[in-house]
Amino acid sequence: MADRYAGIDVDRVSKTFRVPRQHVGTLKERAMHPFRRVEIDELRALEDVSFQVLEGEFFGIVGRNGSGKSTLLKCLAGIYKADTGRILIAGRLTPFIELGVGFNMELTALDNVVINGVMMGLTPAEARARFDDVIAFAELEDFLDLKLKNYSSGMQVRLAFSLMVQSDADVLLIDEVLAVGDAAFQQKCFNEFRRLRDEGRTIVLVTHDMATIERFCHRALLLERGHLMVIGDPGEVGARYMELNFERQRGAAGQGGGRGVATVAGAWIEDAEGRAVDAAPHGEPLTVHVALDVHEAVERPEIHVQLTNDDGVRIFGTTTRGVDAAEPALEPGERVEVRVRMDNPLGVGRFYVDVGVHTEGGGMLAYEGRAREFIVHGAPENSGLVSIPHQVEVQRAGSPAAAPR
Amino acid sequence: MSTPAATTSFPVSPEAREMRGPSAYGGGWRRFVNLTWIIGLTEYRLTYFGSVLGYLWSLMRPLMLFGVLYVVFSQIVKFGDQIPNYPVLLLFNIVLFNFFSDSTQRAVTAVVDSEGIVRKMHFPRLVIPLSTVLTGALNLFLSLFAVFVFLLAYGVSPRWTWLLLPLLILPLIAITAAVSMIVSSLYVRFRDVAPIWFVASTIMFYGSPVLYAIDTVPDASQRYLLFNPIAMLLEQGRKWVIDPSARGAIDAIGGWGWALVPIAVFAALCALGVWLFDREAPAIAERL
Repeated sequence: MADRYAGIDVDRVSKTFRVPRQHVGTLKERAMHPFRRVEIDELRALEDVSFQVLEGEFFGIVGRNGSGKSTLLKCLAGIYKADTGRILIAGRLTPFIELGVGFNMELTALDNVVINGVMMGLTPAEARARFDDVIAFAELEDFLDLKLKNYSSGMQVRLAFSLMVQSDADVLLIDEVLAVGDAAFQQKCFNEFRRLRDEGRTIVLVTHDMATIERFCHRALLLERGHLMVIGDPGEVGARYMELNFERQRGAAGQGGGRGVATVAGAWIEDAEGRAVDAAPHGEPLTVHVALDVHEAVERPEIHVQLTNDDGVRIFGTTTRGVDAAEPALEPGERVEVRVRMDNPLGVGRFYVDVGVHTEGGGMLAYEGRAREFIVHGAPENSGLVSIPHQVEVQRAGSPAAAPR
Repeated sequence: MSTPAATTSFPVSPEAREMRGPSAYGGGWRRFVNLTWIIGLTEYRLTYFGSVLGYLWSLMRPLMLFGVLYVVFSQIVKFGDQIPNYPVLLLFNIVLFNFFSDSTQRAVTAVVDSEGIVRKMHFPRLVIPLSTVLTGALNLFLSLFAVFVFLLAYGVSPRWTWLLLPLLILPLIAITAAVSMIVSSLYVRFRDVAPIWFVASTIMFYGSPVLYAIDTVPDASQRYLLFNPIAMLLEQGRKWVIDPSARGAIDAIGGWGWALVPIAVFAALCALGVWLFDREAPAIAERL
């Protein structure tokens, strides 16, 4: 490894936003209240962040909303200027951090490809020469004459992604790209990511989806309130990220008033290898993992775990009733962990884990709705909320008449 | 778990260069020129060629304004009688001044209108006001073509001094660019720059010899009106293009000594534009 170079070197970078509490937005206000002291809130978005990304590395940046990850990416891209510290970057950098930046909806694909190419540093002629490849990858050959505003959002994304991968930048900065496009194109994007990675391009990906990080990244870092918490193996970073999320949930429950007899210390989804994930593939083994902190004794407890969808419909529920280890009374200070294993039967969508503590056959003592949110992907289209084990039979009578189903 | 500071340090690639954040010019001159050109051209196409009669429509505004002013000052108040070739002078002046006022007017909101790319892309910020000036300049060239057709049709005979016109157009473009840089960077901080600039450019329209010639105003005020560099350019244009018997800007202001004042104003505006935009550019993305 010693012969490898760092392609990106970030050295003690800090960034503070100064946000005036009352915005003085006009000259008139400034003229009428020349001596009014403007109170300024200081928002420390990044504090003393240092790290390196090696050349040819696929590097992930994760963090919760407001953790500073987008600010960091903007500093790398040169959109924001860091207050202190130094950023070194080797090679040509993609100038934008999101797909489709600078697209003009009133223009055709060709015009947009040329403009985008020029933004990336090509001459108009070079950009035009690249047009066919871009369109072929985006599979938009039949729609060349349409203005972009008449494209579906999926088509726009395809064009944008195609432009990005066809660029010859050495360093790519990408902010949350995978949330868009249909399943087939997403698969193509994933393949393209692999290709870029294998080609040795340096890629920095910002996301809050740990599954993407674990799937592609060589290394990752975790930001929290502008501080670098941990950098290294994606699995290690992922575990820390989940911990942070639980702390937040615990904090929120604490503010919620009554603690109840128990509070949810954490709830998450694990995949077949036991890694915590935000997105679970349909049909694969899945474990709903719930950890409870007990505050008051409960005789003959029952812990309920249920899955609901966006509409609040309960898709599935189960309890610890009849599980031997759950029989003895809960003691204060105790930590109880419940795992519910299944082969993920859920259809595509967003789901939530609800957790409740009941007494046997009756009253609810504690409850936390939507203790965890997760996404299911990879189910066949039109398969409904859940898949139910079933067989399909088709019989045809001898005559060429209609075949009953 | 190892702390971040203890992470193994690799040698930084010798090709690495420092990322200094956004600026007015950075990122290579070739990209700067190409970007200004393509954005300005695109904007021009979208504004004036969106319809079949696009070019005619682009001529409509100066022609309409010309028509109204011509009727008022030539037919009703008989003001134009004192000025040789008044109708062509009026049209010529309107086209030149329109370039200045349209370009700067659009430049005011240009940076904020381009929010999408400013916040998500690294590029030299100066491209934004300059491309709006380019859009206006493209329109100016096509309008001037129509002006010269009108000139010949009116019976003004071509003269070699017509070839000097670029010597007026270039400073006009420079001062338009400078003012565009000033108003576009101020607007990011102060949103009432838009109405203020609208009023200011209306005052400038009447304060410059657009619908009159400088020798029709009282002698005492002539010199002060000509402290305005745009007035100087219009007055010189009148001599070179419309009426060779006119005095010309230098004579009108009272010699080269006095001419240093508008030249100094011109230089100061350009310097202010460059300085202000350069100062504001790094933080524009954060202030939007």
